[in-house]
Amino acid sequence: MSRHTLSVLVENKPGVLTRVAGLFARRAFNIHSLAVGPTEHEEISRITVVVDVEEHPLEQVTKQLNKLVHVIKIVELDPESSVQRELLLVKVRADAAARSGVLEVVELFRAHVVDVTPDAVVIEATGTGAKLNALLAALEPYGVREIVKSGTLAIGRGPRSITDRALERVVRSA
Amino acid sequence: MTATPTPAQLAARAEAREQVRADLRAKAVTTEEVTGAESIVRSLEEVGADTVFGIPGGAILPAYDPLMDSKRLRHILVRHEQGGGHAASGYAHATGKVGVTMATSGPGATNLVTPLADAHMDSIPLVAITGQVAAGAIGTDAFQEADIVGITMPITKHSFLVTDPADIPRTVAEAFHIAATGRPGPVLVDIAKSAMQARTTFSWPQDLQLPGYHPVTKPHAKQIREAAKLLATARRPVLYVGGGVIRAGASELLRKLVDLSGAPVVTTLMARGAVPDSHPQNLGMPGMHGTVPAVAALQKADLIFALGARFDDRVTGKLSSFAPRAAVIHADIDPAEIGKNRAVDVPIVGDLREVIGDLLPELAKEHESVGRPDLEGWWRQVDGWRETYPLGFTDTADGHLAPQHVIQRLGELAGPDAIYAGGVGQHQMWAAQFIRYEKPRTWINSGGLGTMGYSVPAAMGAKVGQPDAEVWAIDGDGCFQMTNQELATCTINDIPIKVAVINNSSLGMVRQWQTLFYNERYSNTDLHTGHGTARVPDFVKLAEAYGCEGIRVESPSEVDDAIKRAQQIDDRPVVVDFTVSRDAMVWPMVAAGVSNDDIQYARGISPSWERED
Repeated sequence: MSRHTLSVLVENKPGVLTRVAGLFARRAFNIHSLAVGPTEHEEISRITVVVDVEEHPLEQVTKQLNKLVHVIKIVELDPESSVQRELLLVKVRADAAARSGVLEVVELFRAHVVDVTPDAVVIEATGTGAKLNALLAALEPYGVREIVKSGTLAIGRGPRSITDRALERVVRSA
Repeated sequence: MTATPTPAQLAARAEAREQVRADLRAKAVTTEEVTGAESIVRSLEEVGADTVFGIPGGAILPAYDPLMDSKRLRHILVRHEQGGGHAASGYAHATGKVGVTMATSGPGATNLVTPLADAHMDSIPLVAITGQVAAGAIGTDAFQEADIVGITMPITKHSFLVTDPADIPRTVAEAFHIAATGRPGPVLVDIAKSAMQARTTFSWPQDLQLPGYHPVTKPHAKQIREAAKLLATARRPVLYVGGGVIRAGASELLRKLVDLSGAPVVTTLMARGAVPDSHPQNLGMPGMHGTVPAVAALQKADLIFALGARFDDRVTGKLSSFAPRAAVIHADIDPAEIGKNRAVDVPIVGDLREVIGDLLPELAKEHESVGRPDLEGWWRQVDGWRETYPLGFTDTADGHLAPQHVIQRLGELAGPDAIYAGGVGQHQMWAAQFIRYEKPRTWINSGGLGTMGYSVPAAMGAKVGQPDAEVWAIDGDGCFQMTNQELATCTINDIPIKVAVINNSSLGMVRQWQTLFYNERYSNTDLHTGHGTARVPDFVKLAEAYGCEGIRVESPSEVDDAIKRAQQIDDRPVVVDFTVSRDAMVWPMVAAGVSNDDIQYARGISPSWERED
């Protein structure tokens, strides 16, 4: 199995996410993570989906996704030529005795503390999955209470935009 | 690569488009103040629908009121939504037009699930209009509420939920466009009752807003050249023809390709009639119950050219041992079919009419430069199989009527101009094997989903679409009991179909598997409808109860007379109850999950393959 990151540009319409997610389930493709949000064009939403598949099934994933009427464009972003990030919020036990140790870890990973209480802190961090895993490992001894992660977000490096030409299609058909 | 347009360029284009639209509007656009319900009816009229198979109910009720006044739409009141869906499918299959079915919310809509799934598997252009509870009540578990868009997502090509009446005309236009273009399929339009009741503006024509929908129809020239090269040089080529050829209306062009290539042809269950059975290169149906020559030719081929076929498991048998030495050219309008099951050497995405149209001159060019391929040795081998293993059947051991005989005679007497709609099971396979199809759209059946009960409503739909054709439903006693309520629809609406019930008093195909694989333990396959049983129900009486002519046939000597009598009756439907032997089995057969090399010609008889060189 290898991991692939797909940027799926879809029409911003109700039910699109269900169609995309349903397709993965139905065709027995494994989703590792999925994140969806608006783009710079209000007609278009962008789904970043990370899948664990071999090369051949990946082609099937892409072809099947392309058949969905609301899917405008699919681009595979390879890690070399794209920036890929996850957002992590983690609540760590940090009483007076432990706090300085926790803060040191936060500092090392260039994360931020976004909430402090006498017994715990909430840390915000962004990075690749590997970096966030390393951060979590470093925090583990202090007592991790709660973790929430976004899916991977990815964008190609360089000046080109994948949404522009997709927008052209939307405008042309409108 | 084209440069990314600047916002200014985009704006200029948008302006130009707007101008064109304004001109169009000034010329031809119809605008009317109507209710949403009227807008539905007007949209259906404008999009070119002429027939709707449906049943009213609470949530769709507003639409039925203007429907009553429509001069351009014929609504046929069916007795069950499933019947309406299959009728629309039969209509679409027989005419090539989009079939339309209408149902209410909740149970009405869920009864359409099977016909939608069926049409999805067999690429039938279908539009289903369902009523939905009022927009404000959606999500509250209102009376007769079902999330039919959600339920049918995996079994439709696309679906819409309409809550704003202003969206109705455009949505209907888009639904028909999606259903009919690219790889055809079913589209569901679920319309809230509140949208039907509200006032709105109807305007036509509509601009489609489908930025993500662009079926590729024009094949890639390079792939066409590659295909021509392979086809001109293969020593053991086979054209593997699927239902896509019929959907594309490419039968005539295909005929030219068959002639030019000189290659053997196999026509799948969905493609029977795409190439005439009388054509000397047609080896008949491949697959689980295919002919030995068709199955063997694929297995031994060095080149398979698949046209509108999808390497279904019923064709390939065990996939890993299917046609092991064949290179594959795969042409289909759906890119996702190419390489899905079988790795492909030359992929061609496109409309088969364009594909074949482009290929013919390329192939002729290849023949000029490299000469026509020498297929003599290949044909000797193929003809050997044809001679040794022709389709056939033996007399029954119990002395009862042989079902194959009935179907064969029906095909001979009704001829190639008749339309035959099959159910699912043994009778379907025999109908695919023993009727000689000469034209596309004369064999209608449920291939992918295998929907028992398909034939009576599908035949009804076909007869509505082709009223001058003699239309036979070839049904089993199991299938017939699933949807025979539509005989009432046929009688009342003057749709004189003919039904041949191949009554073996059991769920025959299941029984065949029990005979072969379950030690003749016949668990729950006895239907008590045939010879020496209580005959519950009595199909002749049932036919009469529905206002049809009922005829019973029990011996071979009665077969021809009964068919001829049925042919003479055209003022009401006819049901012929052919009570046949229950022990007849469908042969040849490749058992599920085994290699096509292990095809059995008849029970325990496997062809011996000569050694490969």
